[in-house]
Amino acid sequence: MELICPAGTPAAFHEAVDAGADAVYCGFRDETNARNFPGLNFSREELKQAIAYARKKGCETFVALNTFMRAGAEDIWYRGAADAIACGADALILADFGLMAHVAEKYPEQRLHVSVQASASNPDAINFLVDTFNAKRVVLPRTLTIADIARIGKSIRCEMEVFVFGGLCVMAEGRCSLSSYATGKSPNMNGVCSPASHVRYRKDGRDLVSELGAFTINRFPEGEAAGYPTLCKGRFDIADSSGYAFEDPVSLDVMGELEALKAAGVSALKIEGRQRGKAYVAEVVKVMKAAVNSPPEQRGALLSRLRSMSEGQKTTSGAYEKRWR
Amino acid sequence: MQLIPPLLTRPLGVVPLVVIERICRLMFKRIGTAHPGLFERLGEHKAKRYAFLPTDVPLAFVVEPASETIFVSRKTAELAADAVTEAPLFMLLALMEGRCDADALFFSRDLSVTGDMEAMLAMRNALDASTIDLSKDLARLAGPFAPLAGRVIGEIRNRALGGEATAWN
Repeated sequence: MELICPAGTPAAFHEAVDAGADAVYCGFRDETNARNFPGLNFSREELKQAIAYARKKGCETFVALNTFMRAGAEDIWYRGAADAIACGADALILADFGLMAHVAEKYPEQRLHVSVQASASNPDAINFLVDTFNAKRVVLPRTLTIADIARIGKSIRCEMEVFVFGGLCVMAEGRCSLSSYATGKSPNMNGVCSPASHVRYRKDGRDLVSELGAFTINRFPEGEAAGYPTLCKGRFDIADSSGYAFEDPVSLDVMGELEALKAAGVSALKIEGRQRGKAYVAEVVKVMKAAVNSPPEQRGALLSRLRSMSEGQKTTSGAYEKRWR
Repeated sequence: MQLIPPLLTRPLGVVPLVVIERICRLMFKRIGTAHPGLFERLGEHKAKRYAFLPTDVPLAFVVEPASETIFVSRKTAELAADAVTEAPLFMLLALMEGRCDADALFFSRDLSVTGDMEAMLAMRNALDASTIDLSKDLARLAGPFAPLAGRVIGEIRNRALGGEATAWN
């Protein structure tokens, strides 16, 4: 199975390639990219150089243009696609059906992957994108069980890529409006979930309080590991109880289920984390590469090294092994 | 990660600030010369002021990317900055080199950030995208003794980080 690794900067890109990535995914420094964070991402020239570097080392580059086009401003996305193809991208990762149609028509030879942001999570939806836009691969949402993935795999006519490690989005990606509700900005339209411009951390006594827009998301007592200020991982007061209604501040790790994912027909394993630093990318890719090439009984020890780098310093298999609370 | 022993930081309380600031500006200029595009990624956040407060040193450092200047003050002085990062000194230096992942240190509560998060995130990404290597960049200040200085700085860094944050290639 291929290992698909994240890069938010050229420095992180080099780390991912050198650590053994089979493919690196990245995006432009604009709203075409669902990781449109300040200071992150690639200029056209940086992408061109990165692709050349990867190609020399036998590594592929996938370019994510995975936000939804704004009516009247489609040209920003069309130019993004044209430039990524001109730079030599091995695949484009797209979410917007209009952009898929544009790429399929103008660049029929270009390999097209369906982004997780497209929310294609059943055989009918996926096969529609395969038949209509010649999509070669679908990135599945993190809301499916492994049994769901296996069932889908039997009925679709393209490759499957799944997230196996890193940030855990528990919502129907591409459809979630929580960030938009709290801040007016979303990953779908602006490329930012819980944008830093609306985030505040403040100390209240010994507690760390995180706020997003007008909402208090969490209060971490001293010594408790902190998390990102996303509504889906906020601590809520519900009736007489206080706790995490959707998901704890925690990261995804399903490397323990590698054999089951392989049996389900998954062909590529994706690491989340384009917003993370190059030290994280280097370490995670190195460990994940070793884990993929190790017998199952050795993987646990290898991956335990990564837990301290994870959100909340905890990991979960999430929906892949769904157990309702 | 090693903290600076109080025995070493105590003299900083009596050394004139102007001397410390001059040394810091020399090093800051050296890094800027070695990495001319360092702050390009800041975009609109280039005009802001970034404070770095080492928890184990009685000094505060404020970086002003627009004027490419660093200011040093005692921690007791009032701080004029848009965003503030607090962590032990060696951790801040490791972050500058991209040897540690800032998010991971934030999760573990070893590092705290207050103020304008977007600006500090941009700064983190700008530093992470650079290839700052203090043992190489600062050693050049030692002129003919640069190779020796580089080895000394590298050794101090390895000991300070305790092998836990030397991941990048």
